[in-house]
Amino acid sequence: MIKLLSVRLVAIIVGIGFAVAALWAFAVGAYNAATEEVAPHLPYEKPRDIAYSFDGPFGKWDHAQLQRGLKVYDEVCSACHSLKYVAFRDLAQLGYSEGQVKAYAAAKQVPGIDPNTGEATMRPGLPTDYFPSPYPNAVAAAAANNNAIPPDLSLMTKARGDGTNYVASLLMGYQEPSAELLEEHPEAAPGPGLYHNPYFPNLNLAMAPPLSTAGQVTYDDGTEATIEQMSEDVAAFLTWTAEPTMVKRKQTGWPVLIFLLFATILAYLSKKQIWAAVKPKK
Amino acid sequence: MSFPWARQYEPKNAVTKFLDEKLPLPRLVYNAVGAGYPVPRNLSYFWNFGVLAGFFLMVQIVTGVVLAMHYAANAQVAFATTEHIMRDVNWGWLMRYAHANGASFFFIVVYLHIFRGLFYSSYKAPREMIWLLGVVIFLLMMATAFMGYVLPWGQMSFWGAKVITGLFGAIPLVGEPIQIWLLGGFAPDNAALNRFFSLHFLLPFVIAGVVILHIWALHIPGSSNPTGVEIKNESDTVPFHPYYTAKDGFGLGIALLLYFALVFFLPNALGHPDNYIEANPLSTPAHIVPEWYFWPFYAILRAFTVDFLFVPAKLMGVLAMFASILLWFFLPWLDKSPVRSGHYRPLFRKFFWFGLIPAMIILFICGGAPAEEPYVMLSQIATAYYFLHFLVILPIISSVEKPEPLPYSITEAVLGSDKKVVKGENTSPAV
Amino acid sequence: MADTTATATPDTVTTSDDGIRRRDFLDIAAVSAAGIGGLAVVFPLVSQMAPSKDVLAASSTEVDVSAIEPGQAIKAVFRKQPLFVKRLTPEEIAAANATPTGSLRDPQSLAERTKEGHADILVTMGVCTHLGCVPLGAAEGEVKGEFGGYFCPCHGSHYDTAGRIRKGPAPTNLEVPEYEFTSDTVIQVG
Repeated sequence: MIKLLSVRLVAIIVGIGFAVAALWAFAVGAYNAATEEVAPHLPYEKPRDIAYSFDGPFGKWDHAQLQRGLKVYDEVCSACHSLKYVAFRDLAQLGYSEGQVKAYAAAKQVPGIDPNTGEATMRPGLPTDYFPSPYPNAVAAAAANNNAIPPDLSLMTKARGDGTNYVASLLMGYQEPSAELLEEHPEAAPGPGLYHNPYFPNLNLAMAPPLSTAGQVTYDDGTEATIEQMSEDVAAFLTWTAEPTMVKRKQTGWPVLIFLLFATILAYLSKKQIWAAVKPKK
Repeated sequence: MSFPWARQYEPKNAVTKFLDEKLPLPRLVYNAVGAGYPVPRNLSYFWNFGVLAGFFLMVQIVTGVVLAMHYAANAQVAFATTEHIMRDVNWGWLMRYAHANGASFFFIVVYLHIFRGLFYSSYKAPREMIWLLGVVIFLLMMATAFMGYVLPWGQMSFWGAKVITGLFGAIPLVGEPIQIWLLGGFAPDNAALNRFFSLHFLLPFVIAGVVILHIWALHIPGSSNPTGVEIKNESDTVPFHPYYTAKDGFGLGIALLLYFALVFFLPNALGHPDNYIEANPLSTPAHIVPEWYFWPFYAILRAFTVDFLFVPAKLMGVLAMFASILLWFFLPWLDKSPVRSGHYRPLFRKFFWFGLIPAMIILFICGGAPAEEPYVMLSQIATAYYFLHFLVILPIISSVEKPEPLPYSITEAVLGSDKKVVKGENTSPAV
Repeated sequence: MADTTATATPDTVTTSDDGIRRRDFLDIAAVSAAGIGGLAVVFPLVSQMAPSKDVLAASSTEVDVSAIEPGQAIKAVFRKQPLFVKRLTPEEIAAANATPTGSLRDPQSLAERTKEGHADILVTMGVCTHLGCVPLGAAEGEVKGEFGGYFCPCHGSHYDTAGRIRKGPAPTNLEVPEYEFTSDTVIQVG
């Protein structure tokens, strides 16, 4: 009994100790909060809500849109951004034929080895090759971009909250900072080599507006290449590169859930039958 | 132990007779989860989560072994092989999402299992050993989950590894050498990744072993029940099979529906976008958080923002975080109320629903929020309450509380007769 | 009174009979559903071990044969396995053609194993059909076996100048993979 009492006594002392320490931290924090001013967050905007064909549990890829997005990546983004987890062979999933994929790959130069001398060289791509990086290494990427390394885009839409909308909003969101913003947050003024964008968390980013004029890309399917259109298309394409299996995943999910629902109902009825004998009637 | 009325296993044919003589596995199963295990007839759906936890442990082991066939624990390629699994391996995306969300579901069912144990005081005599083994399982789960989260080698993986091993750096004098020893270097790299992979593969089997001990310890006194009154005679029990196999089957169906809804339609909802960025030792993400199941404990860690007496804030936070779980080991000896079920403890119930549960919710929210006000201050109050609840309030109320009258028996509680209620009787736990 | 009892009894019996049947049916259905679910899970667990997409895609190789001298062979790699490309000498071709195909374990003529107009280019997998070792005879100075083609040192299989099995435990000739001449000097395998 004495031993048990002492366990509880020690517990009470330890408990009060931790509680007082936490409350002491609270008191200091409260005093600081009352006396010090906290720098407010810069007000950045949530991404616009754009409707895509692959949204929702029944979503499907819009191959025409993905092909347009590939063209935007190819002609604009790929100058600085790699796409290293995507292979040319994957493009067959966008509705291209085997021949088209081969031709697309062959038009790209990828790093290779000269079979006779063993020297590093460039060779035409094969379907099994991955999209080549625009820079040979991270140091070269940093040197060419004022130390802001352009990130790989393969997983960009999964690596940002609400990623598809974020990418599209960012691309079409470049603008001059408003006068009210600069008045309230003078530190938000873009520094040298930076560009204002209300969707970027600290409002200033090193990437110059990549899509600046309508018709910058000429679409093969005749779609008018407005800045909005190009932004949405490339965001859709990057959603595919981030998770090419997304539509298959959703399509697999339905039969699984329907089967499980059926099995669960059976399990419920079976359970009810088994328990009927011992459950008291209310 | 077995109750005198427990059904006896009878081998029916030559094969089962042979087995029963040479290796009585069928008998073991029969007595463990078959008709030979009498279980209180009044268990609520809160008693489903033990079986579900065992199920999700199996899901994790199966999907984990499959993923290990395709993953490479090398900092150069770990992130790329994870993407290889997602893109090129047949059904690899399903295996990975099932494993990542399986971890979340394992924690969900285990938290509900612990919640059940806390409300119904399942840790009390004669079931202390079941509870102690359960806390061991939980600690092993936390270690396993942490190391598993490092393996994809994303930004959160890397910085999680750095921060959590940094906890050991708070230990006075030997802290830094211990941290370097744990990582096998000065920052997480190949050495750390490889040992985490090795241990992440090993620990689930250790967990499975402790689970067997946990179930073994359970079968000695038998299952507790929502009234907390011990089994008195045969009418209080039903055989585990078919009654609870059927009920667990239904519970499993519901759990799988929710689990697969998440796996197939919102597989990244519980994850963090930053972990889709490859680890970069030179840049910390703006807002690093652990996986959601660690948030309450992470909030306790961060609540200690100032030095207290002679203890530095960093050490205080680490001590508090470890203490917040280790104190569970002492619960059977802190809560001495003879009544188990919260249903019959008016004071305990008030502190449980209006103290502990809100404090846990606040800690959960604050742990996932950035380290800024009002979250820090809220987490400090909730942390103070957390320690007061378990270490001060629970020992005191168990002495001063006047419990409500208990039913005479489980059967009576089920059949709803209130005629035989005797005040003061059966309030002591059966020995 | 007697009437009611008489009518009530059979009724009760029938319902309980139905009840038992219905219960059995439900239990069997529920357990079967669980079994089907368990079997369905096996499918992806087995399928994940089959070659992944990147492995399947990397299954075509181009080889330039212009630099191979008669009597020489080069080793290339096809599906992560050695590929022998050999330019036969007129003597080797004659030796191969002199062998009556009827006497062979795996009857095939040299013409069947080469492309029309390129009878001197023998393309085979460098994988012994016995248990998968790499036969000798492709590189300069290697043992070519009793029939002047390839010789597998693991278990002593001898292949002739057309890569046909002549002696030893191997069951079939060295495999000729699917290939075609994309130009006069370049072959594409796979």
